[in-house]
Amino acid sequence: MSTSRLGLQSTFRPSFNLELCDGCGECAIECTFNEIKMVPQGDKKIPVANRLACGACHRCEVMCPRGAIRIVEDPFVTRPHGIWTPQHINRAHLQASTGSVALTGFGAETNLPVLWDKLLFNACQVTNPSIDPQREPMETNTYLGRKAASFREVRDPSEMVKSLIPLDIPIMFAPMSYGSINLNLQKAMARVAKKLGLIWYTGEGGLHKDLYPYADWAILQVASGRFGVSPEYLKIGRGYQIKIGQGAKPGIGGHLPGEKVLEGISETRMIPLYSDAISPAPQHDIYSIEDLRLLIYAIKETSGYKPVCVKIAAVHNVAAIASGIVSAGADMVYLDGFRGGTGAAPNIVRDNVGIPIELALAVVDQRLREEGIRNQASIVAAGGIRNSADVMKAIALGADAVAIGTPVLVACGCHGCQRCSSGKCPWGLTTNDPMISQRLDVEWAEERITNLINGWHHEMQEIMGLNGIYDIGSFRGNRLMLRGVDLNDKELSILGIKYAGE
Amino acid sequence: MCGIAGLISHQREKENGSRIKKAMVLQNDRGNGLGAGYAAYGIFPVYKDHHAFHVMADSSFALKEVSQFLNEHFWVAHTEEMTIWDKVITDHPLFMRYFLQPKLREDDVNPDDFVIDKVMHINTSINGAFVCSSGKNMGVFKGVGTPKDIYEFFRLDEYQGYCWVGHNRFPTNTPGWWGGAHPFNLLGCSIVHNGEISSYGINQRYLESNGYICTLQTDTEVVAYLLDILIRRHGLSIMDAITVLAPPYWASTKRYSDRKEQDRITAMKVIYEAAMLNGPFAILAGFDNGLFSITDNTKLRPMTVGTTTDYSYFASEVSALYEMEQDFTQVVTPRAGQPVIIQYQNEA
Ligand code: SF4
Ligand code: SF4
Repeated sequence: MSTSRLGLQSTFRPSFNLELCDGCGECAIECTFNEIKMVPQGDKKIPVANRLACGACHRCEVMCPRGAIRIVEDPFVTRPHGIWTPQHINRAHLQASTGSVALTGFGAETNLPVLWDKLLFNACQVTNPSIDPQREPMETNTYLGRKAASFREVRDPSEMVKSLIPLDIPIMFAPMSYGSINLNLQKAMARVAKKLGLIWYTGEGGLHKDLYPYADWAILQVASGRFGVSPEYLKIGRGYQIKIGQGAKPGIGGHLPGEKVLEGISETRMIPLYSDAISPAPQHDIYSIEDLRLLIYAIKETSGYKPVCVKIAAVHNVAAIASGIVSAGADMVYLDGFRGGTGAAPNIVRDNVGIPIELALAVVDQRLREEGIRNQASIVAAGGIRNSADVMKAIALGADAVAIGTPVLVACGCHGCQRCSSGKCPWGLTTNDPMISQRLDVEWAEERITNLINGWHHEMQEIMGLNGIYDIGSFRGNRLMLRGVDLNDKELSILGIKYAGE
Repeated sequence: MCGIAGLISHQREKENGSRIKKAMVLQNDRGNGLGAGYAAYGIFPVYKDHHAFHVMADSSFALKEVSQFLNEHFWVAHTEEMTIWDKVITDHPLFMRYFLQPKLREDDVNPDDFVIDKVMHINTSINGAFVCSSGKNMGVFKGVGTPKDIYEFFRLDEYQGYCWVGHNRFPTNTPGWWGGAHPFNLLGCSIVHNGEISSYGINQRYLESNGYICTLQTDTEVVAYLLDILIRRHGLSIMDAITVLAPPYWASTKRYSDRKEQDRITAMKVIYEAAMLNGPFAILAGFDNGLFSITDNTKLRPMTVGTTTDYSYFASEVSALYEMEQDFTQVVTPRAGQPVIIQYQNEA
């Protein structure tokens, strides 16, 4: 019995307008998943969909020179059932065929409520005038790191200012390692960070030689695999990040298969060619908060006391953990919510582990304030930020800055097909295949990312201006700027906000 | 919208409240009769080293509780019912004045912290009681009414002070009640404010994490507490405290040619981000050594200043200045964000 198709049902397919199609065959080349086959028909060839592999990445559609393709839904229909939906049946079939962990990429697709969407901003009416960002200054400058509790404690203001990381806009590019994404994308992010006064994170894959000129705008990661961590690496960064966990896969390490460890990656990660790059689940020298303190201070000592950031996944006890991290000496706490993106993670972990960033951020900010240590560390919120409203809501809940990964990928063509772990990313982003990576032009990506950030920045200024606030510092942690709808009392109290109308 | 006026004698020459009253009555229409108040400095020469507590209470029961509490924590030098003329306002709380010295125990290092702690206790824990002012040789008189009514109710003709501050209110975002009127006072510092503090949400959280409890359901009290934390607890100069509350823009900070000064301002802006005031405001603040005004960086609320050799005058409207004095050497409207600080030229 041939059952090889079980579990392979795709729910999308390209639909071809054969009146427009001239049979050039571009789509078949663009589709890295071999969904499209050119078959002879009369004196020309026409494209035909296999209906097995389409993931709705829209690459063929965008690239078709004749505009002859539309990606359409091709539902996999089963008898309606409240629990056994087509998705669950399909996945069980697939696993019954392979016997392996189902891997995926991108961010969680569960339909749990997105709390950002239940928060609304205030606006000035009559009693306080709004300010027009086109006419008046509207400033978003932000400094990250450890700050004195009072000016009296500061012996040398210049020293203190120098120890902080300045951001012109409180947006950072989330850690995506060279290996999980290719060098072209890292280059584009690095250039944008330098140009716009932002910060990019390297992720755990080290810093490629070509990017050394951008190290002053980068926070370099020290993760469990210690990839690329050399004495020089520990000197050149603007700051350092100890990665404990990632929102999409808390408590899980990483694995870059040997066949992807090509020359540049092998050199940058300082591992042999074609050897598996394995990041253990925990850092094996950190089994407790005291151990974390040792590593924080080891990095501070070697780097000349650059700011050290600790990245954790948002989990149940996040407030207490964050407070411990700050007491251990961290200058920044990076919170990654469960909706954060990933290059590769087990499906069940991505969709079922961790908590939403909105709640994690709210409790951490509140806890640090209650303990009087909020000044000792900045909070970076990440994992599920989709637009400038999410950014401003995060700031109002208490984030010093946000980090974005998925929006950067989307700006560069990604349509969320969730096949980042395949090594065949059709947009040339999450792949190091030399042929496919070429698809991403650095200049083009730089322009796209710049545009996205500039657009968001204008929108953030609008939101500040319509609340009559000219400095983002007065928006930060100002939860009176927000009201909730469709939230229960518990959610309101954790978020520290009032219900709309109150 | 609110109305503000202030006058200060550089040499501490005393006078009664009639000039400040004229300035406030002229600005009557800047309020809606739901709140007015005055602060007067130098009015209690006999007890000038004692904290003068002005306490308002809903009932004699609440007053009794306050008296007991004060007797427990202070040496009470003198207690008196405040003289009022209740023909003008019939529906009013009870007012009592206490002259106090703190009964410090060994672990109370700082007498000011001690006093503030007791004020906070009364305001949050004794139902129906509220401390209007707690400074030395000064007092706050405020309530629900027009500037004229409140002036006459408290019989301010009968007090002699060298610095007077007046305010009337048009409450928009909070209900009008006697304790919610301006000035807001903490120890020697009395604030009147015209505007709305859009940064209130974060200012309040900053203060609460530093042990202050905001009780008045209105935004002006945060200014009083912020000045307290900055000047008294963190030891900032008045000029630096003003820089914290209404700092220069980042763009201007970056243009400073003096690198050291630039870093100093940057450090203050960064440390006190949560203490910065945003929104439309004009603030006049009386303190033990003088009087100062600040406005927001966009100058969305008015403030004018007139000076003579011996006096300085502040008001929301220029016409109100001329109710207090005819012959100025100078009348100016400070630029947006520019503070005006007047300090006494002699010792008290
Ligand atoms: S996988 Fe992408 S490129 Fe291939 S057919 Fe589907 S949308 Fe087109
Ligand atoms: S990064 Fe590439 S593979 Fe991943 S979702 Fe986007 S387009 Fe698909």
